Amino acid sequence: MSQQAPAPSPPALPVSLAANPKLSTWLKFSRSGQVMVSPGKVEIGQGIVTALAQIAADELDIDLSRVQMIRASTAVSPNEGVTSGSLSIQQSGRALRHACAEVRQIFLQQAAERLGVGIDALGIEDGTISGPGNVRTSYWELADEVSLDRDATPGIKPKIATSRTLAGHSVQRIDIPDKLFGRPRFIHDRALAGMLHGRVLRPEHARAKLRELKEDSAQAVAGLVAIVRDGSFAGVVAETEHGAETALNALRKGATWSDGEPLPDEDDLASFLKAQPCESTVIGRKTATAPGAAVARTIRRQYTRPYIAHASIAPSCAMAQWAGERVHVWTHSQGVYLLRTDLALVLKLPVENITVEHLEGAGCYGHNAADDVALDAVLLAKYAGGRPVRVQWSRQGEMSDAPFGAAMAIGIEADLDAQGEIIGWRHSIWSNGHAARPGRAAQPALLAAFELENPFPRMVSTNPPQANGGGGDRNSIPLYDFPSWRIESHRLTTMPIRTSALRTLGGQGNVFAIESMLDEIAAERGEDPVAFRLRHLRDQRAQDVIRAAATRARWKPEKQPGIGHGIGFGRYKNTGAYCAAIAEIESAEEISVRKLTLAVDVGEAINPDGVINQIEGGAIQAASWVLKERVRFDRERITSTSWTEYPILRFSEVPDVEVEVIQRPDMDPVGAGEAAHGPVTAAIANAVFDALGVRVRDLPITRDRIITAMELS
Amino acid sequence: MPSVRFRLNGAEMEVDADPDRSLLDILRGQLGMTGPHFGCGAGECGACNVIVGDRAVSACDTPLWSVADKDVTTIEGLGTSERPHPLQRAFIAEQALQCGYCVSGILMSAAALLKRNPSPTSREVKQALDHNLCRCGSHNRMVRAVLRAAEEMAAG
Repeated sequence: MSQQAPAPSPPALPVSLAANPKLSTWLKFSRSGQVMVSPGKVEIGQGIVTALAQIAADELDIDLSRVQMIRASTAVSPNEGVTSGSLSIQQSGRALRHACAEVRQIFLQQAAERLGVGIDALGIEDGTISGPGNVRTSYWELADEVSLDRDATPGIKPKIATSRTLAGHSVQRIDIPDKLFGRPRFIHDRALAGMLHGRVLRPEHARAKLRELKEDSAQAVAGLVAIVRDGSFAGVVAETEHGAETALNALRKGATWSDGEPLPDEDDLASFLKAQPCESTVIGRKTATAPGAAVARTIRRQYTRPYIAHASIAPSCAMAQWAGERVHVWTHSQGVYLLRTDLALVLKLPVENITVEHLEGAGCYGHNAADDVALDAVLLAKYAGGRPVRVQWSRQGEMSDAPFGAAMAIGIEADLDAQGEIIGWRHSIWSNGHAARPGRAAQPALLAAFELENPFPRMVSTNPPQANGGGGDRNSIPLYDFPSWRIESHRLTTMPIRTSALRTLGGQGNVFAIESMLDEIAAERGEDPVAFRLRHLRDQRAQDVIRAAATRARWKPEKQPGIGHGIGFGRYKNTGAYCAAIAEIESAEEISVRKLTLAVDVGEAINPDGVINQIEGGAIQAASWVLKERVRFDRERITSTSWTEYPILRFSEVPDVEVEVIQRPDMDPVGAGEAAHGPVTAAIANAVFDALGVRVRDLPITRDRIITAMELS
Repeated sequence: MPSVRFRLNGAEMEVDADPDRSLLDILRGQLGMTGPHFGCGAGECGACNVIVGDRAVSACDTPLWSVADKDVTTIEGLGTSERPHPLQRAFIAEQALQCGYCVSGILMSAAALLKRNPSPTSREVKQALDHNLCRCGSHNRMVRAVLRAAEEMAAG
């Protein structure tokens, strides 16, 4: 019997298309010359809607202005889970590219039959299909004849990179004009007919219970519609926003709360994190293939990062309207279907009774209070007699009740041989989980659900599996060719401070730790940190971004007093975008970052200017995290509840940022939104060492931290 | 209810409201002007900035009484898509925002700057915008856009 070669695996659909195969879910044509494109991903300030429109227009051969992007809604959209993890281009983009390529073929087939011309003789220009002898028709003319209520088929070949005219080019974002002319585009600015306003009362002390609520002075507020109380959840509904605010203030004065639950010591987070009950997982292990040299010495270092707030410029907002047993919700959530799942759990209703529709909010950097406020609105709207209720959180609420990015303690041990080469590497992480998103567990993740008379248990954050990029352990496996390593993650099973997904999850902390340690070893060896990294990297794309950033920054600039330069490198999730950053810092009274030079490789960059914008924004946000940001608390309550107590980088403090995009049109596109944070964090820390000769291993790098580090060294 | 008169984007207004209420509350609530955005309610972020007279102020901590008989300009009064202000054109050209929630306030701070200083340096632009917060990290593009608008205005 002869042995047969294994059959090639059959072509598969892109994941989002496999989950939502019906083509009409993704796009529809109108007779009036428009294409309605309906992705499941949402605009969160990252420009995704434009990039997806580019992909669709390109594949269909139509002008971009013909594309109407439909906002995600559980009533009509494909279910693409959550807009997160820098996956929208990968998931939605690939699905749309495939779906549009197939739809183009279907229309060509129909046109060929109608025109009596071979399909290969037809071409499409801005939606007009024409062939020899001046025969022509169009998508719009055929729109009623062609049914797209059919499933996508695997194996469709989209256009080759060189024949794309939109994808790969910078086009102006389609959402920007509305925002510059003050047109009501944000959820905050939308008014529904008959809309009422709601506000929710929350305790100052963490997790305090509402013992008593005197309602009389709130009752007296003009235009009050309802005071709602269910256990420790309490709120007001009023005819106007001003009335709701006034009633809330009155209600606050009438509220008596229990003591809260104790919070950790903000000045000793590492001890707290390491002392908690936890679940330990070995994330990765590599064993040396050949017996190596003996360990001459071991360097042990600990790095920490604090809790970090999303601190979006807008407080979260939602609207809800009941009709009998059905409710319609307007939200800036990252995942309309996931939110719906949790609302159904809380309301004990079938999901079919709930419609969740997306409207844009302010910049979203992960799981903030968008979902929480949606439940608030749903609960208050029950008492609004069928009128819609709009609820908006306060700045203070946004800064204290929304989930935070988790604090981390990271220990690294590096074994060096007699020549100072790394022969062993151990990386341990202590942190709460980095994800407690709605819609993924048997219990809801929404704040009000924990406050009801019959409360749901408070969710303790978990970590996504490594296959999805991991959570606290994200980016903890070294990209370098060390002969052996062991990576371990300790996820806390208690959670006195609420955490969930914030941009990069654990990636920022882990890249900061790895790249700081590497820098320290290179410095001890007297080896250039760029050369040291290149020597330990086998991946050409990794080497290319480092070289590109180094060339652009003229590495290494001459030493000047008070000025330092440092480098950081990472590949987001170890599978996504490559990014190298070089920081130039100045050390005076405070540390200031003067310049960040970055090189990035996202594969095919669909909208290069959009990629640069994301990288620039990520770099500046990371600089803000590193220099300033730290959620503050005493043993009873979060105290950083305003911009004064939670400062972020201001215009006068923002560094110059230069970004080089290495275009790889033939490589699959990946997201850019989270690539910069880790490398920039490490680059700044390494530049501080270059300037001052002191390693700051606890973020943020403030004047006080530098003084402490100097005293210790 | 006492009434306060002022000019909003060139039009005479008479508002019946408690004069101690914030201008932002009146603009967004009573007058339906949703261009100025609520961000903090404490005058710390600049998302609600409007121009009163010739100065950019945060509308959330400006009491209604203080604008009596004054000119108030919001983003809605800056320009339209048919007749954009040079700043709006420049922000489009530079793609100078990510989420854009802060941008209506930033445009008002920038417009007030260009009125009193038609050819600012980059440093002066940063100073003028220093009380406006942007969380997405679009600062550098915004500064470039303001400088571009200034050049365009100087060229006439």
